[in-house]
Amino acid sequence: MEKLTTESITVSYEGKKTIEDISIKLNKGEIVSILGVSGVGKTTLFNVIAGLIKPDSGKVFLDGRDITNTTGNTSYMLQKDLLLPYKTIIDNVSLPLVIRGEKKSKAREYASKYFEEFGLKGTENKYPHQLSGGMRQRAALLRTYLFSDQVALLDEPFSALDSITKTSMHQWFLKVMEQIKLSSLLITHDIDEAILLSDRIYIMSGSPGKITDEIIVDEPKPRSRDFLVSESFLKYKKRILDELES
Amino acid sequence: MKKKLRNIINDSSSVFALILILALWQFISSSGLVPKYMLPSPFDVVMAFVNDFSLLMGHAKTTLMEALLGLSVGTALGFVIAVLMDRFNLFEKSVYPIIILTQTVPTVAIAPLLVLWLGYGLLPKVALIILTTFFPITVSLLEGFHSADKDALNLLKAMGANRMQCFVHIKLPGALNHFFSGLKISVSYSVVGAVIAEWLGGLSGLGVYMTRVRKSYSFDKMFAVIFFISIISLVLMYGISYLKKALMPWENKKN
Ligand SMILES: Nc1ncnc2c1ncn2[C@@H]1O[C@H](COP(=O)(O)OP(=O)(O)O)[C@@H](O)[C@H]1O
Ligand SMILES: [Mg+2]
Repeated sequence: MEKLTTESITVSYEGKKTIEDISIKLNKGEIVSILGVSGVGKTTLFNVIAGLIKPDSGKVFLDGRDITNTTGNTSYMLQKDLLLPYKTIIDNVSLPLVIRGEKKSKAREYASKYFEEFGLKGTENKYPHQLSGGMRQRAALLRTYLFSDQVALLDEPFSALDSITKTSMHQWFLKVMEQIKLSSLLITHDIDEAILLSDRIYIMSGSPGKITDEIIVDEPKPRSRDFLVSESFLKYKKRILDELES
Repeated sequence: MKKKLRNIINDSSSVFALILILALWQFISSSGLVPKYMLPSPFDVVMAFVNDFSLLMGHAKTTLMEALLGLSVGTALGFVIAVLMDRFNLFEKSVYPIIILTQTVPTVAIAPLLVLWLGYGLLPKVALIILTTFFPITVSLLEGFHSADKDALNLLKAMGANRMQCFVHIKLPGALNHFFSGLKISVSYSVVGAVIAEWLGGLSGLGVYMTRVRKSYSFDKMFAVIFFISIISLVLMYGISYLKKALMPWENKKN
């Protein structure tokens, strides 16, 4: 079942086309990556989906409803965790509920139920700077989830982490996603990450950026670390590298 | 601030320098190099302070009341102006240069004018303090508002936050640090402003006291009141630091 679709989105900055004719779809419960080099226009596409910038043409649909140019439908997570330094973790993650008009105490109570599941137990009353980078990204994902359990837009969420933290965050992510089944679009420029985490991968390349390929990663989940060194993994990787070369 | 103050006092070399200055001062005044009535010794100054203690406290009460009243209104005004400037670009562009221009007029120069317009009561004093204290608040707050993280604002917008929510959750708390730097400046301006306004007339206040002791050439009392005023400013600034700590608990948990 299609959760989110975009219909030939084109965006220009200062008269110059940045992305052109982008049509993608995200099914319910899927994790779909958009893989491409920096500057190809991945974040621009996300901004359109989130309703933050107006496309020249094209439409965005959520559950078949036209949500082009409207905010508040899809949640958003960046490489920067954007946790507010003056709010405790519980207040940070429950912020979307407060924005929606929920009472602070109610919002806290609701958010606190998820701390265990997200591996954040005990951090409720800490401030962001007291947490490690990996823990902060966990909190950011929980905030994203509490904002919307419909669709999450994850813009290079792990790219600021060191490779060891990143590896363990990948396993954590797969585990949490298995439980919460959050339909997610994941932006990345890390090929391994895309193959490991996704059900499907869109390759974005060129100038203006276009979708040039779609790869289905038909591997059972949960995927362990061993998958990263398996033969099938390398096949996917080779195909992507070939595509990016051409 | 507290840390800084303690650092300064802990720093033995500055204690040593302070003692040296006091000793030198005591020596110069008691040796007769400068006539004693013109440069009282540190001991004389302390004695003058002790002798006039209750009188000074009475005057200080008036000055403090004026200062705090003016500071409160000035802070509120500075806040409102900063919010308006942040909200309306046109307002910032048109009003900001004018406000900066008004700040180049020295306090001492407008004080007599205010007295002519508003009389010798509380009003001209408070007005002067408002005029001198709102500016640091406006400037620092505005800078704080402008420094809000664009991505954080976008994130809130993507969550569907309205302008007010963006202000309450991002801009205002993000500007608190700036606000307190401004407030620290304004608080010392408020005391100095009150004293200057009192020079020009009034029945009580440390400025009035200063005018009286100046007329009677009581240099020891003059020195005593000068030190007293700077001590008041220091204590108020310390109070601001304390307030800041209480209102920004996340800053304390750093490190
Ligand atoms: N607000 C903007 N104004 C003008 N150009 C922009 C703006 N945002 C992004 N761009 C340009 O658009 C291109 C795509 O940017 P972006 O979507 O951030 O790429 P990616 O996320 O894939 O790295 C880049 O060349 C970038 O310089
Ligand atoms: Mg980007």
